[in-house]
Amino acid sequence: MIALLLRDLRLAFRAGGGFGLGLGFFLVLAVLVPLGVGSDPRTLALIAPGILWIGALLACLLSLDRMFALDHEDGSLDLLATAPIPLEGVVAVKALAHWLTTGLPLVLMAPLLGVLLNLPGAAYGWLIMSLLLGTPALSVIGAFGAALTVGLKRGGLLLSILVLPLYIPTLIYGAEVVIRGAQGLDTTTPLLLLAGITAGSAAILPFAAALALRVNLR
Amino acid sequence: MSNGSLWEYANPVKFMRLSGQVLPWVAGLAAACVVGGLFWGFFLTPDDFRQGSTVKIIFLHVPAALVAINAWVMMLVASLVWLIRRHHVAALAAKAAAPVGAVMTVIGLFTGAVWGQPMWGTWWVWDPRLTAFLILFLFYLGYIALWSAIEDAETAADLTAVLCLVGTVFAVLSRYAAFFWSQGLHQGASLSLQPGTRMDWAYKAPLYVCMAGFTLLFLALLLAGTRTEIRARRSRALMIRERMAA
Repeated sequence: MIALLLRDLRLAFRAGGGFGLGLGFFLVLAVLVPLGVGSDPRTLALIAPGILWIGALLACLLSLDRMFALDHEDGSLDLLATAPIPLEGVVAVKALAHWLTTGLPLVLMAPLLGVLLNLPGAAYGWLIMSLLLGTPALSVIGAFGAALTVGLKRGGLLLSILVLPLYIPTLIYGAEVVIRGAQGLDTTTPLLLLAGITAGSAAILPFAAALALRVNLR
Repeated sequence: MSNGSLWEYANPVKFMRLSGQVLPWVAGLAAACVVGGLFWGFFLTPDDFRQGSTVKIIFLHVPAALVAINAWVMMLVASLVWLIRRHHVAALAAKAAAPVGAVMTVIGLFTGAVWGQPMWGTWWVWDPRLTAFLILFLFYLGYIALWSAIEDAETAADLTAVLCLVGTVFAVLSRYAAFFWSQGLHQGASLSLQPGTRMDWAYKAPLYVCMAGFTLLFLALLLAGTRTEIRARRSRALMIRERMAA
């Protein structure tokens, strides 16, 4: 399983792996928003938590369709399915690799974009904390969506219709943490709920995703 | 397996025979209840003390919302039956229920907007109930989109069933998240099985008739849709057989 993780990471970092595309998208989005809504610092401070979370969501979504599709095309997914490690484990490792290459860089970059969007000073810690707790859920939920659509030719657009509604609870609690943090309110409840969603998704969704993969490989 | 159990109707032939006999009755009863209930509600009830005659949109709004939510529950049950016992009728019934549920969600949202405009002064607010309902509509869309995207019938049935199960969990999560996220304008439940009712029988009686009518309407559309799906699958099988023979 560690070998699989290293392989996925190596594939992502090397040329053509698409590493950094999500980050680039995140940056472009954070630049576009002030251009669209105006540069008033108060407005930006008000919407910054939501924009950063939605940006992270969409950046995650961008790289999802590659998660299983490339392996499906060259046949290595069939090998993984027949390998001695359970397919649920493969899904979990793939989701982890996706998080390490997409979610974690987003977490690290979000404070910089927070500066661009005039995020209030008190919120930076909560922004990092909420993204750190929430983005793994995005990767796992995304792995489920990618497993559903792996056999389809035009799966990309369908994937977003399937996955984005599933992201709603994560988004609500994640953005709520940052908003409350910015106002100096107590963030314990949304933070715990966010962590609960991540833990629950990580526990259940690899099984659903593995089931979907088996159906698609049949 | 002729022991008279419910599972007998998982056999498409038996299902077709029974549903063919039942469908006209269900459809007729649905039409009678919907038309009768709406007429009773719209023309034979008094105007509300505060809301005037706008209150009467409740006779469309509440039954549509009821069916919209219960259609998803029915899809969940049918998906479970398909995944566990692999009865094709269950998968096709889930497929047939989705568009009906989606349309009912739109009716619920639309009548709610029309009702909200005079009462709250706005067509739409991000009230948790409204938001949760809109999210339910998104889940219907995703489910229908996945059905239509996959060509192989069995694969489509499997994947949509899994999506329905996972989607249910996340739809419920979203509902509670939406309630956490904002406080709303929408009133709480006016109908309840507990004593101490908040609605007069002059309204409640036609409302119950409308709710029964919409449920029967859903059942009729569901049966008709499932029969169509079974026929479509049969005709496809016949076409393939013909092409193989030629």
